[in-house]
Amino acid sequence: MEPILKVDDINVYYGSIHAIKGISFEVNQGEIVTLIGANGAGKSTTLNTISGLLHSKTGSISFMGEPLSKVPCHKVVSKGLALVPEGRRVFLQMTVQENLEMGAYTRSGKGVDEDLEKVYARFPRLKERFKQVAGTLSGGEQQMLAMGRALMSQPKLLMLDEPSMGLAPILVEQIFEIIQNLHKAGTTILLVEQNAQAALSVADRGYVLETGKIVTSGTGKELLASPAIKKAYLGG
Amino acid sequence: MTFLNFLISGISLGSIYAIIALGYTMVYGIAKMLNFAHGDVIMVGAYICFYAVSRFSLPPVVGVILAMLVCTVLGIVVERLAYKPLRQAPSLAVLITAIGVSYFLQNSALLLWSSNPKVFPAFFTTESVDAAGKTVTKNGIQLFDGRLNISYVTIVTIVVCIIIMVGLTLFTAHTKMGKAMRACSEDKGAAQLMGINVNGTISMTFAIGSGLAAIAGVLLCSAYPTLVPTTGSMPGIKAFTAAVFGGIGSIPGALLGGLMLGVIEIFAKAYISTQLSDAVVFAVLIVVLLVKPAGLLGKQVREKV
Ligand SMILES: Nc1ncnc2c1ncn2[C@@H]1O[C@H](COP(=O)(O)OP(=O)(O)OP(=O)(O)O)[C@@H](O)[C@H]1O
Ligand SMILES: [Mg+2]
Repeated sequence: MEPILKVDDINVYYGSIHAIKGISFEVNQGEIVTLIGANGAGKSTTLNTISGLLHSKTGSISFMGEPLSKVPCHKVVSKGLALVPEGRRVFLQMTVQENLEMGAYTRSGKGVDEDLEKVYARFPRLKERFKQVAGTLSGGEQQMLAMGRALMSQPKLLMLDEPSMGLAPILVEQIFEIIQNLHKAGTTILLVEQNAQAALSVADRGYVLETGKIVTSGTGKELLASPAIKKAYLGG
Repeated sequence: MTFLNFLISGISLGSIYAIIALGYTMVYGIAKMLNFAHGDVIMVGAYICFYAVSRFSLPPVVGVILAMLVCTVLGIVVERLAYKPLRQAPSLAVLITAIGVSYFLQNSALLLWSSNPKVFPAFFTTESVDAAGKTVTKNGIQLFDGRLNISYVTIVTIVVCIIIMVGLTLFTAHTKMGKAMRACSEDKGAAQLMGINVNGTISMTFAIGSGLAAIAGVLLCSAYPTLVPTTGSMPGIKAFTAAVFGGIGSIPGALLGGLMLGVIEIFAKAYISTQLSDAVVFAVLIVVLLVKPAGLLGKQVREKV
């Protein structure tokens, strides 16, 4: 079967900094795939390029068989590709509900209200705070809002950039549970994590990024068991 | 009673500043730039209305609508040609460009319409026939045996300002487009991820601001009927000050800043000195900014990490 997302030999620059050096990978329908790597390896750059916030100089990205290189960033989400960006980036001065509405910006009709209820059912904390301005939420609540907001676009592929960043262990566990629930409900997931242990244990497959290149790949189990990975990313 | 007269003039002048300040504040909120050419859009609007009514004898309403259309298009075109190419440029470059656009508009007006002052027609008058059978033109109402004069322009200006403020507040709070504007003003990247067309939203903001500038131009010239190519520049600077005063980026701030500036200016003219009035206005501004650097209603939201 054709992969839902295919990244083929992309190169991304920040000015003269060559941040992504020809990486290729794919995500198949129904998988959880994770990209792991140290700080500055290029994980966020990769996700931002897929979502159209950044552009690759060469190479190609295709989503459900369609090339994305000519698609402007604001048209990507309606194709079924949503990104929960690093640092959440919720709209701090807007209410929880307005943030969720923005997630459904490209949609209209009755389905939106139904999905709003579904998001509230998944994140009851957000429902309790629906009128509250997002800037007053705790870090964990903001992460849930960012995820809920992305879900409002009914993504076929959900990309998450370090959803566990800065959260207490109990919340990290909760976030990973949510990721697995979303996956069970049929969403394909591309997950970027510093927390390699947690990411690899939920992932079907993983890629290891080092200074802009993919150095290893394999199933989650294989990578978890690999001595080199253990040494570099799992603390021995 | 003279105090009340001054207060009402102040509120009326302040309403005009507030309408202009909206253009600055909305554009700043979304494009994060100071559109110094905004004041000159007012002047263009006033000229369009002047020519439509005085030369082509069109009804004032048509003149105003025409002015709004021309200014809206002008705002969009200026943004596309002058500012959009500089989206990634340092803000100083954008600022200098805006000053350039301002002079460009003033000089174009000079070329098109010459420096001879035009007398803006009086729209807001009523005619009645008095006891002797003569036609009397009234431009306002007198209260308390003529001790309190309120001109129709004043009333119209204040009412229009209220309508615009309420309308714009509802627009940004409740419409999809309005919410998209707020999203863009906070985080353009995240807004794009939601599917919001950021360039389209910026265009829309310039369009709204410039359309309002046309209304402000007509109101301004109805109150102070001398129209020259530099007519917009001082009110533009004052309105910018008002926007900063109230908290740039904030719509209620523009209203509050505009009103305060108008009232302070008129009171300073009346009770201190006509020459010093602007100095007083700016002195108050400086004091306010020392105490509240973000302006009276400016928001400083802390980000959670
Ligand atoms: N805006 C930018 N301008 C210049 N260089 C940048 C910019 N953003 C990222 N880089 C550089 O690109 C490289 C990859 O950065 P990226 O943010 O993709 O890393 P990351 O793997 O997501 O790291 P982290 O785990 O810390 O989030 C780094 O060397 C970084 O310094
Ligand atoms: Mg990152």
